Amino acid sequence: MLKRYKNIGLSFLVIFLGLFAIYLVSSVRPDIMFRSIALSAFGSIYGLTETLTKSIPLMLCGLGLSLSFRSSVWNIGAEGQLLMGAVGATWIALYIMPNAPKFLLIPAMFLVGAICGGMWALIPAVLKVKFNLNEIIVSLMLNYIAIEFVNYLVYGPWKSPYEWGFPYSTKFPESAQLPRILDTRVHYPTLILALILAVILYIILYRSKLGYEIRVIGDSIDAARYAGLDIHRVVFLVLLLGGGLAGLAGVGEVAGIHHRLRVASGISSGYGYTAVIVAWLGRLNPLLIVLVSFLFGGLLVGGDAIQVSLGLPGSTINFINGLILIFVLVQGFSKTRFSTIKRRGGK
Amino acid sequence: MNFIIEILKATIPAGTPLLLGALGEIYVERSGILNLGVEGMMIMGAISAFGITTMTSNVWLGILTSAVVGGGMALVHAFNSITLKTNQTLSGLALTMLGLGLSGLIGKKYVGVPLPNKLHNFPIYGLKNIPFIGPILFDQDPLVYVSYALTFIFWFFLFNTRFGIELRSVGESPEVADSAGIDVSKIQYLAVFIGGVMAGLGGAYLSVVYAPAWIEGMTAGMGWIVLAITIFSLWRPERAIFGSYLFGGIRVLQYKLQPFGISPNLLNMLPFIFTILVLMLAAKEISRKRISAPSSLGIPYFREKLL
Repeated sequence: MLKRYKNIGLSFLVIFLGLFAIYLVSSVRPDIMFRSIALSAFGSIYGLTETLTKSIPLMLCGLGLSLSFRSSVWNIGAEGQLLMGAVGATWIALYIMPNAPKFLLIPAMFLVGAICGGMWALIPAVLKVKFNLNEIIVSLMLNYIAIEFVNYLVYGPWKSPYEWGFPYSTKFPESAQLPRILDTRVHYPTLILALILAVILYIILYRSKLGYEIRVIGDSIDAARYAGLDIHRVVFLVLLLGGGLAGLAGVGEVAGIHHRLRVASGISSGYGYTAVIVAWLGRLNPLLIVLVSFLFGGLLVGGDAIQVSLGLPGSTINFINGLILIFVLVQGFSKTRFSTIKRRGGK
Repeated sequence: MNFIIEILKATIPAGTPLLLGALGEIYVERSGILNLGVEGMMIMGAISAFGITTMTSNVWLGILTSAVVGGGMALVHAFNSITLKTNQTLSGLALTMLGLGLSGLIGKKYVGVPLPNKLHNFPIYGLKNIPFIGPILFDQDPLVYVSYALTFIFWFFLFNTRFGIELRSVGESPEVADSAGIDVSKIQYLAVFIGGVMAGLGGAYLSVVYAPAWIEGMTAGMGWIVLAITIFSLWRPERAIFGSYLFGGIRVLQYKLQPFGISPNLLNMLPFIFTILVLMLAAKEISRKRISAPSSLGIPYFREKLL
């Protein structure tokens, strides 16, 4: 009991030291910084809609990651899976069926986007199962490869001749653009999709056989093996589903916001990495993740705002994200069940 | 012939930051701790070395600072994973985010600033005249020679000293090590600290010797490649040399291929694709030779279990 309180004290110390570091480096007072973040993210209707917009990819990626983290599969590749989803959607919208009516084209984009994201996540799954490769490193390498692939496309074969030399693909036809709420950027079909999927994942996780298997494997791989569970099948499924969800997020970004493929850093400001924290802070519970992603959406909006208002670099938010992750760790959110699992074989 | 020498000569500096980082991470993992924060420690090493060198015009002081900063960051991970026994994967990821974020904050004012002083090549008299290998190995900057020496020292200590035996036994079986009277936490703290120092040095090499410049996010995934090299080297310092120079060579190849009109984006993928291939090779060798990662890698050690 005492230890628990000590940890709470420690985790606040971490946050305090971190904010002090920001103050030392930039001489921006933490209270002013957080006021600016909170105001820009939650202090106006516009801010709230932007926060909601940014929470959509976080939600989808976080939901997908939670499944694999539950089963102790360390998918850190949501960033790349998201980008591949965006590539898949662009391919359908511009090259495969650009003349299809909206009610066919949009579902096709989501479907192919999810497949592309899922396939990208299958690479670490196959390598883990066949060669016993560490999925953390492989999924991370695939992020870098996906980033370069998207950039290759928009600087190379998919570069539009109509955009004055900018690294953009051609603009999507109207029928490939997602509707938004009034004049905000909230592409609500993706949001609704994410909310429905959160409920479905909750049911899968707590009410289905697959969910049971995922939880058993996550708790103890030895127990799962002893119980005769097909561990490989679960590894494949959680990565495929997680990649698929991240792929949907990518479709939402290009079809809902940009209406074209752009350089990777323009499509995703690190959603896939932030989603790792979202998933853990949401205690890997799909419904909590929905709430947490709204908070982190706000943090991203605030992060953009303090670049303009306080002259802080964009990496400030990275640093705050890291602090939050340490905070989560030290608090012991992830300590109880997930850290003592014995992982066999290669690292 | 001169062309080959030129490429190989460029390979060594390109591989040196990886070698420094990998030597450290080998010790960390040998002690049973997994530190995924190499990228974060490297980039903090890079910015602190660059910052201090800019302020004092003293490259060596900058390099020394990077070692201290890298080691200090590693202590955060050590505290998380050894004392608090939290999840090591998450702690490492957090370290990476902290490092990338903080270095961006600190480095904002150093973007585009020229370094006042850099390490110059220091050909070793006599040795550099050895045909072929002389100009490749012995016409380099001083920190490269330090990396040669460190490779030997890391190998020697790991396999020929009491400390090395203790380090390996802690990583293989902390219970046994503990009952033999070895202070498990102390060894692990020391190993993680050494890992941080080396990652910091690797970062410093990038920013004050190799580049020499500060670019935000300039490690660009090298920390993760270090982790792959650690596996590829089968946790042996002397093998880390091959892994590191292999990736150094790929980097040189990237530059050499650019004039041929290949998309730079595709060339940038090379090291990451190679990482996966190299890991597959290592996996084959690991299963063929029936060796494995230190068996307590990533698993926190609870002494309570003994009592």
